[in-house]
Amino acid sequence: MSDRLITIVRFIGLGFLEPVIRLARGEEAKKNLTEILKKIVAPIASILIFLFIWQTGSTALYNKEAAHRIEKAFNEQGQEGADAMALCIESGNVSCRPNTLPSPTQVKASFLSLLKDHKIIKADKKAFKEKTAEINKKRAEAGETLIVYTGRPSFVDQITTSLKTVFAGFLLAIFIAVPIGIALGLSETLKSSLNWLIQIFKPVSPVVWLLLVFMIVKTLNKNSDTDSSFLISFISVGLCSMWATLVNTIMGVSTVDKDILNVAKVLKLGPLQKVFKVILPSSLPLIFTGLRITLSVAWMVLIAIELLAQSPGLGSFVWEEFQNGANDSNSKIIVAMFVIGIIGFLLDRIMLTIQNFVSFNKN
Amino acid sequence: MRTKVKTKRSDIVIENGIEYTSKVMLDLQNLKKVYPTPKGDYVVLEDLNLQIMKEEFVTIIGHSGCGKTTMLSMIAGLNPISDGRISVLGNPIKGPGPDRGVIFQSPSLMPWLTTLENVMLGVRQVFPQAKKKERIDICKYYLSKVGLEGSFDKKASELSQGMQQRVGIARAFAIKPKVLLLDEPFGMLDSLTRGELQDVLIEIWNKEKITAVMITHDVDEAIFLADRVVMMTSGPSAKIGDILNIEFERPRTRKAIIEHNDYYKYRKHLIDFLEH
Repeated sequence: MSDRLITIVRFIGLGFLEPVIRLARGEEAKKNLTEILKKIVAPIASILIFLFIWQTGSTALYNKEAAHRIEKAFNEQGQEGADAMALCIESGNVSCRPNTLPSPTQVKASFLSLLKDHKIIKADKKAFKEKTAEINKKRAEAGETLIVYTGRPSFVDQITTSLKTVFAGFLLAIFIAVPIGIALGLSETLKSSLNWLIQIFKPVSPVVWLLLVFMIVKTLNKNSDTDSSFLISFISVGLCSMWATLVNTIMGVSTVDKDILNVAKVLKLGPLQKVFKVILPSSLPLIFTGLRITLSVAWMVLIAIELLAQSPGLGSFVWEEFQNGANDSNSKIIVAMFVIGIIGFLLDRIMLTIQNFVSFNKN
Repeated sequence: MRTKVKTKRSDIVIENGIEYTSKVMLDLQNLKKVYPTPKGDYVVLEDLNLQIMKEEFVTIIGHSGCGKTTMLSMIAGLNPISDGRISVLGNPIKGPGPDRGVIFQSPSLMPWLTTLENVMLGVRQVFPQAKKKERIDICKYYLSKVGLEGSFDKKASELSQGMQQRVGIARAFAIKPKVLLLDEPFGMLDSLTRGELQDVLIEIWNKEKITAVMITHDVDEAIFLADRVVMMTSGPSAKIGDILNIEFERPRTRKAIIEHNDYYKYRKHLIDFLEH
């Protein structure tokens, strides 16, 4: 039973829990304790060290900023102004608070306030829905457009929007890159005739892709009144991130083991059978490596693209907070940074698990 | 000059004045293979003539690089013929096909399929009309014959090299080819496993009697398995140097053969040829 547990834990990339399970079973106490020390205690210690450096660093920056403000007040208004500024900073008043890298405690407070904000907005939405249920029903019967909630999205809503965008982009990348990759991998002529395209477009920056997509979508979408920002951002994400999958698929398909292809020839498999029974399964591991890179690139460029495309999501959240300049804006940006990092990490883990599942060379 | 006269009796073919009866399964005539290189053509094989009878087991021995594998892959249809002719039962071959089963040096199984599915891949191609159960029975029969009764559902990647080559043997026999081509199938195995697999191969061959052409580097293997050992000269322009008939009774056992008086005579013949 617990052997199964260990396999599962390893499979989903939580291998560091293995010594804990083994220790709980009473296996090789000494060896497992050192393993726990290595795999669990040491990382926790490094996190603590990180927090400590962050805390001291932000305190130092805070003091520097405060000193700078007092000095500035002194130069402009003399000793009296400097004293007033020092008092004001001491009191924690928002108007004169030194604006710099927030400390871990501030970030935590912002995180909690964002959660609280989310709860309020959620309740607000629910109330709105109940209130408009009656009217919407009538409107639906009359064939009119429904009233929708147009309030400010909460932080969690932004995360969901970002995830939706990234998955739409990821799917688009799969649907473009995998079939084209297979075709190019199979045909040397096709590959050499389209190679220039891949080589030139692969290194293009996300920002340029966004502008390109913007030019096209804007024209195509002129007559419809739907919001095209989601369309623009997910297409850009897909186009930016598909290259890794495309290149890996081409490589996977064109480097199928020659002996295996000979077997297919001797057995006289038809072209479709050859692709689906031999070439695709044999290149799946490489395709999935590409997909994993694609997903992480997609998540990375998403933030920049949302930021530029004014489409809702974490990117625009960060940008709005930066423009906003409220007293907790900086710490909210740091919260967003951690959320982006952790989600990116989780997405990568999910892909790794799927990749392990489909790849046949497990040893 | 090659003239071909088909007589009314279709089982006799006269070519170059030589009369072939229908006993000839595989016929190589004036076979030539040339690889063009920047410095001019490189002739691998030239004027290679060989007839292999029905139910005959022929091993081909020669130094590395003499073109044995080239010849075999030409018979398999995987490598185009520069000149000459290869025919199976009088019909010239056109590309690869399941009438000539191949066992490659590496097992070349699909690692993502189970052993049964690997054998099934070929069986489905060759017996498209058969019911699913019949096909499964064929696969299971041959897998059992090579000693893999308990491993039908094991992934090929989980098996050892020797076990994988057993699947390769089962796969080749299961499609019931007219000719079986073996390209040093045991070359990558350790000598103990090699012995085991030779036994597996010869046991299943004794039942099926499929005409077999096998390339080997191993003199003992060549003698143990073959009715005739074909010795090829070293390249370039390799051809057949000598042919040795092995007169041992079948079924053979390794022990009986090693103790046989003629064994060392055969062995000496082969080694003398290879070392000359």
